[in-house]
Amino acid sequence: MWEYKGRLSKYLDKLFMIFGLLLCLTGLAVITILLIDLFIDGSPRLTLKFLISYPSRSPEKAGILSAWVGSFLVMFVTVFAAIPVGVAAGIYLEEYAPKNWVTDIMEINIANLSGVPSVIFGLLALGVFVYMLGLGESILTGGLTLALLVLPIVIMSTREAIRAIPQAIREASYACGATRWQTVRWHVLPYSMGGILTGVIIGLSRAIGETAPLVTIGALTFIAFLPSPPISTEFPFISFRWLLDQFTVMPVQIFNWVSRPQKEFHLNAAAASIILLLMTLIMNGFAIYLRYRFRRKIRW
Amino acid sequence: MVEYSIQENLKAEVKNLDFFYGKNHVLKNINIPIADKKVTALIGPSGCGKTTFLRCFNRMHDLYPGNRYEGEIIIYPEGINIVSQSVDPILVRMKIGMVFQKPNPFPKSVYENVVFGLRIRGNHNRKYLDEVVERSLMSAALWDEVKDRLHKPAYDLSGGQQQRLCIARALATNPEILLFDEPTSALDPIATSKIEELIDSLKKEVTIIIVTHNMQQAARVSDYTAFMYLGTLVEFCKTEKMFTNPSQKLTEEYISGRFG
Amino acid sequence: MGMRSKKEGTVEALLFFSGAFSIVVTGAIVFVLFYESLRFFKEVSLIEFFTGTVWSPLFSNPRFGVLPLVAGTLLTTIIALLVALPAGLVTAIYISEYAPRGLKEVLKPLLELLAAIPTVVYGYFALLFVTPLLQKFIPNLSGFNALSPGIIMGVMIIPYVSSVSEDAMSSVPMYIKEGAYAMGATRLQTAFRVVVPASFSGIGAAFIIGSSRAIGETMVVAIAAGMMPNWTFNPLEPVQTFTSYIVQISLGDVPHGTFEYSTIFAVGVVLFFITLGLNVISFFLRRRFRESY
Repeated sequence: MWEYKGRLSKYLDKLFMIFGLLLCLTGLAVITILLIDLFIDGSPRLTLKFLISYPSRSPEKAGILSAWVGSFLVMFVTVFAAIPVGVAAGIYLEEYAPKNWVTDIMEINIANLSGVPSVIFGLLALGVFVYMLGLGESILTGGLTLALLVLPIVIMSTREAIRAIPQAIREASYACGATRWQTVRWHVLPYSMGGILTGVIIGLSRAIGETAPLVTIGALTFIAFLPSPPISTEFPFISFRWLLDQFTVMPVQIFNWVSRPQKEFHLNAAAASIILLLMTLIMNGFAIYLRYRFRRKIRW
Repeated sequence: MVEYSIQENLKAEVKNLDFFYGKNHVLKNINIPIADKKVTALIGPSGCGKTTFLRCFNRMHDLYPGNRYEGEIIIYPEGINIVSQSVDPILVRMKIGMVFQKPNPFPKSVYENVVFGLRIRGNHNRKYLDEVVERSLMSAALWDEVKDRLHKPAYDLSGGQQQRLCIARALATNPEILLFDEPTSALDPIATSKIEELIDSLKKEVTIIIVTHNMQQAARVSDYTAFMYLGTLVEFCKTEKMFTNPSQKLTEEYISGRFG
Repeated sequence: MGMRSKKEGTVEALLFFSGAFSIVVTGAIVFVLFYESLRFFKEVSLIEFFTGTVWSPLFSNPRFGVLPLVAGTLLTTIIALLVALPAGLVTAIYISEYAPRGLKEVLKPLLELLAAIPTVVYGYFALLFVTPLLQKFIPNLSGFNALSPGIIMGVMIIPYVSSVSEDAMSSVPMYIKEGAYAMGATRLQTAFRVVVPASFSGIGAAFIIGSSRAIGETMVVAIAAGMMPNWTFNPLEPVQTFTSYIVQISLGDVPHGTFEYSTIFAVGVVLFFITLGLNVISFFLRRRFRESY
């Protein structure tokens, strides 16, 4: 009576458990191998000189100065373009939008936009920003392009963060006589800030590694100068001329080096990849830390 | 249909009130007078519409789509119908405060919780806000417990303290009517008795309407009681009469615990 | 009162326009793609475009059959899916049904890290690590090929497949699983006979999202697949995809308004509508599994 009949299925169960774990570990192993491979190839080139040199025809002299400065400036534009619009859209959809077909279209559209290949955003930017608006192959164009790309991420993380706020808090605010906007401004927005910030950083960490849309709008691969400085000696001391300067960014520089036949350039690509990976990992780590901190600070 | 009249100054009067949620006819032809500076309790089995009725008084239903009011809730002395579409719900909520079933302080400091209602009215005068905080917390019988940690998070308070903080928050803007929606259902007996004492002392200053599922509570704190069933008002009278000699059989059965 | 409702109205209008902005973006994408490819489709008939097997727009004797790009895209996508679907599904089952809570908390973010690595770094890896490695086993594998970028793309999209499937599987309510366990089923039997079928539409959505990602992925194929439009289904040969053609032309200096310029938009139109179709299907599949419990 108590003899166990389904022995095979029990073994299969165990087997699958080991298999599943192994497979998960394989994914992690791939990352590890990737990192080791990169590190072996790139570490000899990782010197201070590499960080402060312009690209060059001779691989030993080449560096990533214009690339990391470009990445930084493009991200700067992206942040200022994507955050206000994305957060506002998220607030609209969660706190204001009536349940009707317009809202439905917005939702489907945002979900779809997040799945549009990034190279298509490049084509959009090429047609609209570069030519129709005449912004050229500039830092402004690059930043705006990436802003469009991360917009769905910012919207979706804003919505998720807002949704985590209990309805009781909103009712308490309305019962005190607050208007909708007062409720959003005094409660919804401050309490969801952590989640929103986390999403924004994750979006930016995607953007900083994006190559295809920037190649499409014509980010140059050989830039041996820096954009004009944001501070000037004359009144009004702040200059925005750099916005219209040409640029390159880290991933485009890596792409350029990796596509060359000479092995020496591949080593440069590996070194630059290590820096780029560090940038993304630091951003992701910071996002995870923020999520953890805000989760601890506010408990409902 | 019974017309209820009472020998009191009226703070409000509900006349032929119907409420619809989409196609659901949730409240049916409610008529009640609300006595000024007295406690009116709403009792009835769950789902009878007592909370829905309470939330009509500060137009909370307007936050969600598909609501429709018919009839009147007249507020005195102005004689305004507060459920009329031409009346701004925000103005209504500024005069009529609410305390919810579960304590729902904002995740801010004790101080900021109390002054929220004033801040959104554009009042940022530090001295004035300090005064209001002290007065409101005194009235809510919380001042002595929190006066040394006004700027600490409200979530560090106990459940009962949080609920009294919510009462102080509602009091800060000098409401004319205070609505309580089962304010002690999430609290332990000691915290409950504190809130009940508080309600008793508050009625000197403000008219109170309280929803409760606890019959003893209604008997202890209220002056008038309304018994509701399936969205209709079955009986309304002085609390002593309701609990000693109800006129409807249904009321008697409910109070004696035969259903609900 | 008047002031306040005016301010409320202005704020609401601003927020609405921010929400509507995403619709403007989609509209602009469709408009730009059609507008800029108009010139192309004036000169090339749809029949030639969709049935021609030679794609050589830059040659002196240009031919405009898109099928080689279709083949390249299909080939790399299928290889990627062959890696990502089984791996993603097994990972999802393991995480949702087997992994202890603590391990789950560690595994999930680590897997998401796979999606966080910049694609250009994956391209480097495909070209300079995987291809040389595979050449040791497959001697006639050419330096540029469909196989190794396909495999790497597969690894890249595992997190997309696994997170959407896991989402679907965890939304299967406990009482349904308990029903199976109460009959004496093992976890494996419960997973494959109850959980997987019950979350079928969600898993379907995961597969479609995976395909859409693979079709739209650019840098890995641009770096490691070679930029050779090739009407072939041999994974060992170099190929070109929709995306890598766009990159190839963009890298050169193509003046605005020329015929070559319009070719990338023509390819873009095809790419956009394929991914759009897949995304819309997956949107509704996901909505269905969210609603079903």
